[in-house]
Amino acid sequence: MASVTTYDEDLLIKEQGYDDHFHEHHHGDKYQSGFITHYIFSMDHKIIAKQFLITGMFWALIGAAMSIIFRLQLGFPEESMTWLKPILGKWIVVNDAGIGTLAPEFYYALVTMHGTIIVFFVLTAGLSGTFSNLLIPLQIGARDMASPMLNMFSYWFFFLAGLVMFLSLFLSTGPFSGGWTAYPPLSALPQASSGSGAGMTMWIVSMVFFVVSVLLGGINYITTVLNLRTKGMTMWRMPLTIWAFFVTAILGLLSFPVLVSGLLLLTLDRSLGTSFYLSEIFVNGQALDFVGGSPILYQHLFWFLGHPEVYIIILPAMGLVSEVLSVHARKPIFGYKAMVYSILAIGFLSFIVWAHHMFMSGVNPFISNFFVIFTLIIAVPSAVKVFNWITTLYGGNIRFTSAMLFAIGFVSMFISGGLTGIFLGNSAIDIQMHDTYFVVAHFHIVMGIAAFFGMFAGIYNWFPKMYGRFMNETLGRIHFWGTMIGAYAIFWPMHYLGMAGVPRRYYKFDSFDTFSHFADMNKFITIAAIIVFALQVLFVINFFYSIWYGKKMTTKNPWGATTLEWTTPINAGHGNWEGNIPTVHRWAYDYGKDGNEFIPQYVPLGENEEESH
Amino acid sequence: MNVAVTEPKYRNKIHPKKFALWAGIASILMMFTALMSAYVVRQAQGNWLEFRIPDIFLYSTGVILLSSLTLHLSYRAFMNGKARAYRTNLILTFVLGIAFVVTQYQGWLHLQSIGIELTGNPSGSFLYVLSGLHAAHVLGGIGALTVALVHAFKLTYKVTAIRKLRLELTMLYWHFVDILWIYLIVFLILQQ
Ligand code: HEM
Ligand SMILES: [Cu+2]
Repeated sequence: MASVTTYDEDLLIKEQGYDDHFHEHHHGDKYQSGFITHYIFSMDHKIIAKQFLITGMFWALIGAAMSIIFRLQLGFPEESMTWLKPILGKWIVVNDAGIGTLAPEFYYALVTMHGTIIVFFVLTAGLSGTFSNLLIPLQIGARDMASPMLNMFSYWFFFLAGLVMFLSLFLSTGPFSGGWTAYPPLSALPQASSGSGAGMTMWIVSMVFFVVSVLLGGINYITTVLNLRTKGMTMWRMPLTIWAFFVTAILGLLSFPVLVSGLLLLTLDRSLGTSFYLSEIFVNGQALDFVGGSPILYQHLFWFLGHPEVYIIILPAMGLVSEVLSVHARKPIFGYKAMVYSILAIGFLSFIVWAHHMFMSGVNPFISNFFVIFTLIIAVPSAVKVFNWITTLYGGNIRFTSAMLFAIGFVSMFISGGLTGIFLGNSAIDIQMHDTYFVVAHFHIVMGIAAFFGMFAGIYNWFPKMYGRFMNETLGRIHFWGTMIGAYAIFWPMHYLGMAGVPRRYYKFDSFDTFSHFADMNKFITIAAIIVFALQVLFVINFFYSIWYGKKMTTKNPWGATTLEWTTPINAGHGNWEGNIPTVHRWAYDYGKDGNEFIPQYVPLGENEEESH
Repeated sequence: MNVAVTEPKYRNKIHPKKFALWAGIASILMMFTALMSAYVVRQAQGNWLEFRIPDIFLYSTGVILLSSLTLHLSYRAFMNGKARAYRTNLILTFVLGIAFVVTQYQGWLHLQSIGIELTGNPSGSFLYVLSGLHAAHVLGGIGALTVALVHAFKLTYKVTAIRKLRLELTMLYWHFVDILWIYLIVFLILQQ
C-alpha cells in the first residue's frame, strides 16, 4: 500500500501552477471597477452566476405563488377568494353576496405562466445559468469564460425576457393562457381567448429574448470547456458537473433554434395571415380564411425543443448531485466513465423521442412505435446513473449535510418519476393517461421536484464559495424534510387522480359526478402545497440571512473536496486565482485512495501511484 | 501505469472566437433544418400547391457564389501584402452581397406576379419564409462586411493577428450563408 500523500497546497500551486501572466496586464474593466460594473453590468462569471440565481429565485417565488392560487381553486372551489382581490384585482369576481371567485380565464393564465416561468426562467436559467457560470471556469481552472462580454449579455437578455413576461401579467386582457406549450389554435388566433392577443405576443417576444440568452450562454460554456481548461485537465479528468453543463449547453444550442423556427411560423400566422398551423376553423360561429395548415406541425417543432429541454433542466441537476454525493459520501463516484457515457447517451436520445408527447394527437400509430422504443431506451442510461448514485452511497462515510440530503432526495425523486415515465412511454397506456393528472405527477416529480432538489443541493454546497459564509444547517434540514415529505404528499395522490382519468388543466370538476369523490384528495394536495410553499419561503430567508450573517468560512476547502474551485481564495476576485492557475494531475474523485481522506486534483501522482479512472 | 504521464495539451488549435462562431453556425443550421423538416412533413400531408421555382433564384445563386470567390481573393491579397487587391475585392464582395439581396427581392416580386403570395397555400409561404430568413442572415453578413470595409479603408494596411482573425471570422460567416443558400435552393428544387 502506498504511503499517505502529504502536500502543501500553496507551494504546489506556486511551483507547479501555470503562469498565464494574468496579473501583468491590466484591462481596466476587470480590476478597478465601480459599483455598477462590479455588481450590475459585471463580466465576472461569479457575479453573473449570482445574478442568475437571485433572478431565478425571484421567479421561483412568483411561479410557486401562482400555483398556490390555482391550487386554492382546485382544493377549495366553494371558498370565497375575496381576500385576494387586493392582489388580483378584476380577476377575482365578487358577487352580490360578497363571494369572490377566480375568473376562469385567469385560472388558465396562472397555469400557463406557472409552467412557463418554472420551466424556462427557474429551472433553465436559474439552474444551468447559475451553476454553469459559477463552476465551469472555477472547476476547469480558467480565469473566466471565453467571452465575459457575451456572458454578461446572456444574463441581460434573460433579464429582458423576464421583464417582458412580467409586464404581460398586468395586461388588461391578461397574460397568455393557452398552456406552457402554446399550442395553436389558442396561440395562433388573437381572438381565440383573452390571453391570445397581446398576452401571446409578449410571450413570444419574451421567449425569443430568452432563446438569445440561452444561445449566448451556451456558446460560451461550450467554447470555455473546450478551449480554456488548465494544463492537465483532460476531458476525462473533468468533474461530472462540467460534463453535464457541457452536454446541456450542446442540447440547448441545437434545440432552442428549432423553437425559434416554430415561433416564427406562429408569428406569421398571427400577424400576416399565413396558414402554417391553421386550417378551416370557426371562431364564434364565423369561418376564418385559413386553409391547409396543420396544428400538429407546431407540436412537432415545439416538442423537438420541448423534450431536449426537459433534459436541459435535469442534466445540470444530475451533475451537481453526482458531485455532492461523492464529496459527502467521501467516496469516488461509482462508474465515472459510465456516468459520462450515459450523459452523452441521454443527450443524444433526447432528440429522437419527442413524439411521445404526441401519441394522442393523431400521429400515425406505426410511427409511434418508433418513438415508444427510443423513449424506453432512455430508461437504460437513466437507470445506469441511478445505479451508480446508489452504489456511490453504498458503504460511504456519509455526512448528512443539507446539500447531501437534497442530493439523496434527488435520487429518490428521479426514481419515482422515472418509473411513471415508463408507463407513459407506452403508447397504448398513454391513451388512458395522456392529459390527466398522471402526467402532471410524472413530470413534476421527475423534473420539477428533482431539478429543484439538484439546485438546492448545489446551493447549500456552493453557498460558501459564492458568499464566503455557510447557510444555516438546521433550517436547511427542516427545509429538506418538509419539502421531501410535502412534495410526495402533493404529487403521489395525483397518480390516482390520473389513473381514474381526471383531466389536467380543468378549472373545476363539479359537472362530472365521476370525480366528486376526489374532492378531499384535492383539498389535501392543496394544503400540502401551501406548507411546502411556506418552507421555500423559509429557504429564501435562510439564503439572504446567511449572505450577511451566516457562519463565516475559515478554511478554503470546508467540505474537503478535490476540485479546483476550492483552491481559490475565500471571496475570490475577478480572475479567480491570485497567483498561478493550478495544474491538474488526476481526476476529480480521489476520495479514500491509498489511505488518504482525499487528494485534490492539483496534487501530482506519487511514486508508484496509479491514476484512477 | 507510467508515473511520468505526459501532460496533455491544454488548449485547442482553433481560436476560441472562431470556435464560438462555428457553434453559432450550428444553431442557425438547426433553425433552417427545423423549417425544412416542417416543409417535408407538411408536404407529405397533401393539399400542396406545386409551382416552378423562379429562375431568378438561380441567378442569385450565381451572385452569392461569386461574392464568396471575391471575398476569398480579398483575404488572399490581404495575407500576401497586396493592399489594393484586398480593398477592391472587399468592395466587390460588398456590392455582390447587396446584389444578392436585390435579386432575392426580384424573385419575391416574380412569385407575386405568378400568384404565389405569402399567405395562401403553405407551399408558397414556406418558400418566402426560407428565403426571407436566409436573406436576414445575409443582411447580418453585409453588416460584418461593412465593418470589414471600414477597417480596410480607415486603418493603414498591416497584417496583424487580430485583423487576420477578424477577416477570417467575416469570411467564415459569409461562406456559411453562401453554402446555406445553395443547400436551400437544391433542397427546394429537389423537393418541389
Ligand atoms: C424514463 C424516462 C422517461 C420516460 C419514459 C418519459 C416519458 C414521458 C411521456 C411518454 C410523456 C408524455 C405523457 C403524455 O403527455 O401523455 C412524458 C411527459 C413529460 N415528461 Fe417524461 N419521461 C421520462 C423522463 C422524464 C424526465 C427525466 C423529465 C424531465 C427532467 C421528464 C419530463 C416530462 C415532462 C415535462 C412531461 C410533460 C409535458 C407536458 O405535457 O406538459 N420526463 N414523459
Ligand atoms: Cu419527453
